[in-house]
Amino acid sequence: MSPALTTAKNAPTGRGPARAVPAVRIGRVHKVFGRPGAPGQAVLDDITLDVRPGEFVCLLGASGCGKSTLLNLIAGLDRPTAGEIDVPGGRPALMFQEHALFPWLTAGRNVELALRLRKVPRARRRPEAERLLELVRLGGAHGRRVHELSGGMRQRVAMARALAQASDVLLMDEPFAALDAITRDVLHGELTRIWRETGVSVVFVTHNVREAVRLAQRVVLLSSRPGRVIREWTVDLPQPRRAEDPAVADLSREITEELRGEIRRHGRT
Amino acid sequence: MAGPETTRKEPGQAAAPPGADGGQDPAGLGAGLDALEAVPVRRAPLTEVLIRSVLPPIVAIALVLAVWQGLVWAKVTDDYKLPSPARVWAALRDLWLRGELLDIVWTSVSRGLFGFLVALAIGTPLGLVVARVRFVRAAVRPILSGLQSLPSVAWVPPTLIWMGLNDRMMYTVILLGAVPSIANGLVAGIDQVPPLFLRAGRTLGARGLRGAWHILLPAALPGYVAGLKQGWAFAWRSLMAAEIIASSPDLGLGLGQYLENQRNNSDMAGVLLGIFLILFVGIAIELLVFAPVERWVLRSRGLQERAR
Repeated sequence: MSPALTTAKNAPTGRGPARAVPAVRIGRVHKVFGRPGAPGQAVLDDITLDVRPGEFVCLLGASGCGKSTLLNLIAGLDRPTAGEIDVPGGRPALMFQEHALFPWLTAGRNVELALRLRKVPRARRRPEAERLLELVRLGGAHGRRVHELSGGMRQRVAMARALAQASDVLLMDEPFAALDAITRDVLHGELTRIWRETGVSVVFVTHNVREAVRLAQRVVLLSSRPGRVIREWTVDLPQPRRAEDPAVADLSREITEELRGEIRRHGRT
Repeated sequence: MAGPETTRKEPGQAAAPPGADGGQDPAGLGAGLDALEAVPVRRAPLTEVLIRSVLPPIVAIALVLAVWQGLVWAKVTDDYKLPSPARVWAALRDLWLRGELLDIVWTSVSRGLFGFLVALAIGTPLGLVVARVRFVRAAVRPILSGLQSLPSVAWVPPTLIWMGLNDRMMYTVILLGAVPSIANGLVAGIDQVPPLFLRAGRTLGARGLRGAWHILLPAALPGYVAGLKQGWAFAWRSLMAAEIIASSPDLGLGLGQYLENQRNNSDMAGVLLGIFLILFVGIAIELLVFAPVERWVLRSRGLQERAR
């Protein structure tokens, strides 16, 4: 059954019986752009990472670490040069930094299109779209045009559309980076709530350390050019968290130091 | 980062006092943000529309008529070269009273619209194939662009030889004028589709024909509609060229033939009337058919403001 349609609670990570099959399995993935004859620079180098079902993982890194490339690979929009990516639950949902809503459709129709492409029968699409909009606190916005919505509302519609895919895995590519701080803060809270209500696995890409610490159960730091996993942190703090919580701030400082060190390394060469 | 002093577009109305808790009341804070940012949509009242968009062209037409009449009074040239507006009006009235006006206009408009619809049926699939199939694109796109700059009157002599003096020849000239415009418009529309939409469509599972139907075509619609508009203009122009050159009593009397006949009769008022009628039909079709469609497409996507 699709997690978006149930209200499974998130099993505490690392425990529970469903330990065997990860939601996403990334095994020794390499990615080099360019043609076979003239390979360019490596973007991803030997990435190995498993995402447990219902886990919230943040991929953190500076520019050029291949975060977005990795998401594209998981989403199946691109193929790795070497290595394996397995998403047992089928095609993951993907949210972009831009809302990517279709402007020729209303907010509700955008959600319904995702349902339609998933072959949900016509009669069930409208109520299901209403329910998903309700979930992102946009009940009543079904008939609104995309351009009439604020940036934060657009991203929430995009979230509803992604959830409409009823995928086990939700990939998010810096979805809140273009929003102002207060809106972003609100959406962090909403995302945490929705993640807990739906039990979906989230892979969230960001270059914002505090965002990562606020949201994730696990923060994975990637190096730049090529992207490699440098270090991982398990964030064992209760949700909902606030960016101002001392524990969040402390861990953010620690990770920021590590990230700065990684960035400095590039200035020296 | 979550700085407490972030202001929205209107600094006087901060969404919440600094430090007000996003964690405790996200719904209330979110609702406040939505209310502040939502764009109110306003419909202009009818009188305002009339004053803004109907009045200016009327003033412009009145001005042209006044200048024209002034030139006639000033006797800048011979009477047979520049008849007064009243004489053109009399020619129109005469045509109406003889019961020929609507026939003449309808002969040309029906030819033009039918030709345009056939051009639509040919140009649309052609545009799709040119836009999406790389080999066809490389082969055909330059030819299509070139054909657009070829004056369609140039097609009249060869089609006369191929088809003879008949309606088929008229339609052929229309198609040669309109098909490249329509196909080119669709190609341009597809080329301008943001790649993000295609990626978003693919993650939603819209590939192949479903992708074309649900994502590609609707996304390309603004360019396509612009191409249709231009296609109509080309169809109408081509038809008039064909009618003026290839006038024959066997063919029904259309606007182009009427214009040519009045020239042969040295009836300048009739010639001017012919030009005005051709202009009028072109503008009327544009205003009645294409402008509303284009406005609807652009407005529903937020690409055009409601009231200027």
